[in-house]
Amino acid sequence: MAENLAPNWRLREQRYQLVGNVCLNCNAKFFPPRQVCANCRGTEFDSFQFSGKGELYSFTTLRSAPAGFENYAPYSVGMIKLDEGPLVEAMLTDVNEDELAIGMRMEMVTRKIREEEGERGLIVYGYKFRRDNENEEKRNARR
Amino acid sequence: MNQVMKPKREVGIIGYGAYVPRYRIKAHEIARVWGGAEDALPIDEKAVPGLDEDTITMSIEAARNALARAQIDAQQLRAVWVGSESHPYAVKPSSTLVAEALGASGAVLAGDWQFACKAGTEAMQAAIALVGSEMADYALAIGMDTAQGRPHDALEYTAGAGGAAYILGPAENALAVLEASYSYVTDTPDFFRRAYQHYPEHGNRFTGEPAYFDHTLTATQNFLELMNYTPRDFHYVVLHQPNVKFPLQAAQQLGFTRDQVIHGLLVGKIGNTYAGASLIGMTNVLDNAKAGDRILLVSFGSGAGSDVFSYIVTEKILERRDLAKRTAFYLGRRELIDYARYARFRNKLVMN
Ligand SMILES: [Zn+2]
Repeated sequence: MAENLAPNWRLREQRYQLVGNVCLNCNAKFFPPRQVCANCRGTEFDSFQFSGKGELYSFTTLRSAPAGFENYAPYSVGMIKLDEGPLVEAMLTDVNEDELAIGMRMEMVTRKIREEEGERGLIVYGYKFRRDNENEEKRNARR
Repeated sequence: MNQVMKPKREVGIIGYGAYVPRYRIKAHEIARVWGGAEDALPIDEKAVPGLDEDTITMSIEAARNALARAQIDAQQLRAVWVGSESHPYAVKPSSTLVAEALGASGAVLAGDWQFACKAGTEAMQAAIALVGSEMADYALAIGMDTAQGRPHDALEYTAGAGGAAYILGPAENALAVLEASYSYVTDTPDFFRRAYQHYPEHGNRFTGEPAYFDHTLTATQNFLELMNYTPRDFHYVVLHQPNVKFPLQAAQQLGFTRDQVIHGLLVGKIGNTYAGASLIGMTNVLDNAKAGDRILLVSFGSGAGSDVFSYIVTEKILERRDLAKRTAFYLGRRELIDYARYARFRNKLVMN
């Protein structure tokens, strides 16, 4: 029997689209969404869709991965400071370890996160971050 | 009996977006491993999806690009249709997950389309009908694939990854207006994959003449005749591209020049992207076209059939095309991998 279907399902908006919330009293933005504002203790919120753009705040590379993620090892994880404020922890993708640098521009993409129970189970999708280097790549394409 | 299809309400492309994964493997690297002839390779290199990519994730990114250009809210979409032969689940639609990730879920049609390499343009035909009948204002049609060829099979050289997404809507908001479309199919067993099989079967020499050429040429010639057009009436032609040779040869037989084909011919750099192949050729043409250009789009899918579309580019292309990443961005974003890394990425240890 497939496990974890309901908990995965409840998180889908957050995971696929980077939807957090914004405090209606002080405008502070949160991801993941909060029940009580960390800034003003307010309790009224609207949901808020983050742009998915930010900067790399810190990172590390995992060589032996936790259960369910072995297939992707080695891979890097990072803290991304979103342009709207919050820090998000996420897996990094489409990037080699030696390309990573603090302060690098990053953008959110939706990718496979893990597969439950191997090839038989649910495929879990969610946000990851990759290097946002559109201008650099444009120069490469012209060469 | 009217064989050319025209919607009651005028319809066009409101937004479009491409996607190609970052990794590439050279055809000569595949030839090196299997001892193939390196002088007659069908393409230069092909795109390979990363370990965390599949038709769903790739469709999401192409569709986000299309939404950015369309400048509409995802909730305005009434259809999210994904054409592919590499849906990640055998049972469970790709399209519902794509819709959810775009913020389009709720009051929306969603479905996965299947017709080998024609699945994407079949979804486009349906999107045109939905909008043209005024049942809906906006519909999203995607053609996307992460095609697989059995190790050492001829298809392994060309089976690439990528595709494109199109938002169809009313012509007054379009960056390219549809003139008409056409479809031509017969039962031709040139290529197939049975349930539970990992890799497809194909008829080798049979795939060329009776399949690709017969359907592509017949469909295009019939359409031109019915519309009273000649190849000179078009600035660009985009054909399905299983390799570099077939579309160039078909275009020549139809009377198109190399210049008309070349902007929409990406297979040499990304491989055959199956349901995505003609549609991503079209995104590169739209990235480079100017208002007034007439574009002929012709798909081909094994089984077999071709869809034909004629679009005329509008002034709106100028303000929209830089609202998302261009096709050239994805072509320029490339990291070469060797066969060992490729085998790991594509789970090639499965040999049957
Ligand atoms: Zn607050």
